[in-house]
Amino acid sequence: MNPWLLRLWRFLARPLDLHLLALLGLLSLIGLVTLYSAIDESMTRWSGQLLNYGAALLCMWLVAQISPARIASLAVPLYVLGLLLLVGVALNGDVVNGARRWLHIGVTRIQPSELVKLATPMMIAWYLHRHQEFLKPVHFLTATLLLIAPLALVLRQPDLGTAMLIGAGGFYVLFLAGLRYRVITLLMLLAVAALPVLWSSMHDYQRRRVLTLLDPSQDPLGAGYHTIQAMIAVGSGGFTGKGWTNGTQSHLDFLPERHTDFIFAVFAEEFGMLGAGVMIGVIIAIVLRGLRIASHANGLFARLMAGSLALSFFTYAFVNIGMVIGILPVVGVPLPLVSYGGTSLVTMGLGFGILMSIHRHRSNLHAT
Amino acid sequence: MKLTTREELDDTEKYQARLQVAAVFIIAAFGVLLARLLVLQTVQYEYYHTLAESNRISLVPSPPNRGLITDRNGVVLAENRAVYTLEVYPKDIADLKSTLRELSGVIDLNDADLRRFDKRLRESRKFDRVAVKSFLSDAEVARFAAAKYRFAGVELTTRLFRSYPMGTTAAHVLGHVGRISPRDKAALEARGETPAYLGIESIGKDGVEKTYEAELRGVAGYAEVETDAAGRGIRTLSQTASTPGNRLRLALDIQLQKIGEEAFAGRRGAAVAIEPATGDILALVSQPSFDPNAFVDGIDPATWRQLNDSRDRPLTNRPLRGAYPPGSTIKPFMALAALETGTRPAERSIFDPGYYTLPGQAHHYRCWKSEGHGAVDLHRSVVVSCDTYYYGLAVEMGIERMHDFLARFNFGKVSGIDIEGERSGLNPNEAWKRARFKDKWYAGDTVSAGIGQGYVLATPMQLAYATAVMANRGTAFRPHLAKEVVDIQSGKLRRVQPKPEYTTHFDEGNLERVLDAMVGVTQPGGTASQAAAGAPYRIAGKTGTAQVIGIKQGHKYRESEIDERYRDHAWFIAFAPAEAPRIALAILVENGGHGGSAAAPVARKMMDYWLLGKMPDAPAEVAQ
Repeated sequence: MNPWLLRLWRFLARPLDLHLLALLGLLSLIGLVTLYSAIDESMTRWSGQLLNYGAALLCMWLVAQISPARIASLAVPLYVLGLLLLVGVALNGDVVNGARRWLHIGVTRIQPSELVKLATPMMIAWYLHRHQEFLKPVHFLTATLLLIAPLALVLRQPDLGTAMLIGAGGFYVLFLAGLRYRVITLLMLLAVAALPVLWSSMHDYQRRRVLTLLDPSQDPLGAGYHTIQAMIAVGSGGFTGKGWTNGTQSHLDFLPERHTDFIFAVFAEEFGMLGAGVMIGVIIAIVLRGLRIASHANGLFARLMAGSLALSFFTYAFVNIGMVIGILPVVGVPLPLVSYGGTSLVTMGLGFGILMSIHRHRSNLHAT
Repeated sequence: MKLTTREELDDTEKYQARLQVAAVFIIAAFGVLLARLLVLQTVQYEYYHTLAESNRISLVPSPPNRGLITDRNGVVLAENRAVYTLEVYPKDIADLKSTLRELSGVIDLNDADLRRFDKRLRESRKFDRVAVKSFLSDAEVARFAAAKYRFAGVELTTRLFRSYPMGTTAAHVLGHVGRISPRDKAALEARGETPAYLGIESIGKDGVEKTYEAELRGVAGYAEVETDAAGRGIRTLSQTASTPGNRLRLALDIQLQKIGEEAFAGRRGAAVAIEPATGDILALVSQPSFDPNAFVDGIDPATWRQLNDSRDRPLTNRPLRGAYPPGSTIKPFMALAALETGTRPAERSIFDPGYYTLPGQAHHYRCWKSEGHGAVDLHRSVVVSCDTYYYGLAVEMGIERMHDFLARFNFGKVSGIDIEGERSGLNPNEAWKRARFKDKWYAGDTVSAGIGQGYVLATPMQLAYATAVMANRGTAFRPHLAKEVVDIQSGKLRRVQPKPEYTTHFDEGNLERVLDAMVGVTQPGGTASQAAAGAPYRIAGKTGTAQVIGIKQGHKYRESEIDERYRDHAWFIAFAPAEAPRIALAILVENGGHGGSAAAPVARKMMDYWLLGKMPDAPAEVAQ
């Protein structure tokens, strides 16, 4: 190989975990191939998404340069900024489809809940790291409050899906920091007890989605339409699938949101059980690699953050696929690295950048 | 590196244990997903396979009828025509090339048709039908019907197309519709209007078609259609009717418009006619014009290039986009300014030796009449259009006072007419020149501004508006093309209520003097007397000539020696009847020479029709 190219490659690859990079690349490739079919072979949108991948890769590479200590020092400002923006949304946001999620900043609109997805676990991890010498129940209580503040604001928008993801991200930090199983059980019982309260405070469309999950055929042209059409797409794909770009459900316009939240249905229709198994395998491998990085992480902040990031990735994928195949309610969660959309990709890039940085500064104690 | 304490080791072990719990949990969770997939895709495969195969009810949008556009008397200017279109399902055709070759034996397919088809084919989606050719003639339809058995996957459909029965008449007013472009799509998405365009293929691109798009568009209906596995419709199960767009009635009188256009007799130029008491635009002429029908189904590149590259610029909306020096048509406004600012009393005469000089300078600012007008007072200065009078007047008044007064007649500002693309012209002053050229204002700049030359620019629309404000004695009604919208659902009318945009007050006596002088222009001895001869109503007007090129000191402007494109532009502004104006006009004939001989006759023809119902001698044909 040309020595210059070799040096360039070394420079680019130095901060990165090549195992993780290869797995992410594989999933992205699956995403691009599926997207091409899902957007009816429109090159303009396809190349647009290619640019989004480029932006995400760049974000990842840049964040990977920063040491975990430096990242930890950003936790407080990012968290405060995120909270302020959420308050801004609540006071002065744009209403789209009945939910107040967007905020105008000069020329562009942003969705602050994306930032909060990363900033909240960072904040909790930073807080627990500061008090790691003597972690007492009172610290866990404070950390829980740090989680509830953004959660409540996002729930109010209302954005059930994102609230759930933020809640999960924060909970993983608490769990990995050693929150006692007794307390976890107690929290779960409390959550179950709170369900009726939550139900009564839900919007009509949210209730409909939950009811639809229990029996989609109740409302086949309304709320159940997404689920029914997605299940038909997945089921009719069979073991080997209908072949790339040959899915009838997607190409005959039966499948809604097929390039964004329901892209898994397109994939499963065209590549069948076999393809879906491969995709899920790659996702599991990414999560396990993330957990491995977490297990070698140096310092409490890095450990908690790495674990939370890996488990969050699992959650996104699980919630999305579960929704498409009808075991979870329809919430607006994209399939990470596969669904069309720049925001979600860039958030993923930033998250994996942190993971890469943690990997680079791993502890030698458990090095393999 | 910190020492690893016993306690920390404990923590580490605990943490590793938690990670293991998490790993087991996620594998279990994905196990659930895989189990569910297994059930869906193998155990229940037959069930879902059957569902997918019989998933055959699709919603097919039916486009609405776009609202009609009529003139003030109900004459239809834009309608919808059913057009036969030949469409193919590329998926059902093994060899598209040879099918097209065979088709060209049945219908006429030229290269432009084939290029447009290729473009549409590239933009289409996998299961879409793609139009091969629209606007089939009856003969083509008959030939295809007879040969249909040979063409599997080719179908004859009817589609509604926008049609402009008047052709080139009022094309700049109407604008046109066209296929929704990617840029239109992005704009619709940004405004959140995409859902309203489901099933709609075209959008107003220009003129009132664009301004009143939301009224004219209508709402698409839907048909539930049973389809076969390839997505082709077999039979309609139910139908939700579309809602047609609202009808737009313009203030325009198409007969007046036509008379105006024909009066140009092939010359380039613009004419604007306004009803002073309402702001109704009665005619908006831009010559040469173009046929908007060419844009409806996507214009072919050759025709586009021809229109766009033409030296005569037929696509330019001259009344709004053409900014010309107003020339002498600015004089009535300057005369009123002289009285209102107290710069010169009406009775004071100046002596015109044929030129004006600034104190202490040798440069001769020439009057159009080289031998001079002799003694000239305010009335005579307007009637004979004496330049020398206004050179001195402007210097005495000063550019700032002149600028402020002209602004009261809307010079330098857009009129706010309800179609896009209007330019604001230029009402210069010191601050403007400093900002634009980083240069100070010279006395000579004021001199030429005084006769509407130099930096001063106005569009025909602005001059017509200013004339209407003058005719209306200071009350301005914003010019508008739309008169009312007829709501198709309720049958209700939504009228464009004329309300004064602003009122500017003048001394009645001062105004009378200026109006009297403007009437003098069209009387014997005035610069427009010939064009006004024999009119049974009184016309207040002013001719104007706008220089296209400068003439050197000591040289004379001789029309015959100058290339046609460099000849002066001819202006005429007028309103009539002078005592109770019902029409105000601004006419511009590009390179037409003299305002009195080139522009005023156009105004006369239009006024004769509007006030007397009289048709020009060579009668204009209006298709009804």
